[in-house]
Amino acid sequence: MANTQSMCTSFLGELLSATHNFSSSNPAHTANTADTFKAALYVTTATINAATTAYSATNEVSGTGYTAGGIAVTNATNPTSTNSSSTAGVGYWTPSANLVYSTVTLTTAFDTVLIYNSTQSNKAVSVHTFGSQTITAGTFTLTMPSNTTTTALLRLSTT
Amino acid sequence: MLVTTTKGDMDDSLLEKKEGVVDDENEYTTWVEYWLDGELVHRSAHVTLKKSPFMDLIAASMA
Repeated sequence: MANTQSMCTSFLGELLSATHNFSSSNPAHTANTADTFKAALYVTTATINAATTAYSATNEVSGTGYTAGGIAVTNATNPTSTNSSSTAGVGYWTPSANLVYSTVTLTTAFDTVLIYNSTQSNKAVSVHTFGSQTITAGTFTLTMPSNTTTTALLRLSTT
Repeated sequence: MLVTTTKGDMDDSLLEKKEGVVDDENEYTTWVEYWLDGELVHRSAHVTLKKSPFMDLIAASMA
């Protein structure tokens, strides 16, 4: 046997579960209780990107049937991690249901969804973009990918 | 089939239906529209993303 420098794959999944805390300034978490995550839509003229730190209503879509802040993300599956070798692995998580905005009218074109943590001061998690859309008295659905090491919505990886 | 529209629920036989697909490296999207006398009264879209943000972590060497 030999030792191999690596990031421990279990750590990747545990990062997504807030198991580790390197900061002396951190928000409280309730043991065995997941935070609530939400999904907000943004118009094409917004600037939502990696520099986004928290949800904002600025340039969020608005219209009949849509509530500011978006919809709750269904989270019935805990993050997990899988080794791919002695030096690499992936921690990953995917919402357990599609994001569905039912019976809405959104006439201003939108192309972005922001996933954010509404339990922790609306802090931003991830930004996902798609082709410009409008919805008229209809439903907008974002189908979630399979929750695997290569397709999950959120993936932390070592290579 | 009844369709939810800006005019209320309507039978689809009264409406003109348009459908489309976007299939590129980023997404697979389907959309459907219903029109009444040249007016858009219903539009739905279904987006499946093909790419997600990806974060790579490194354990730096101490040597």
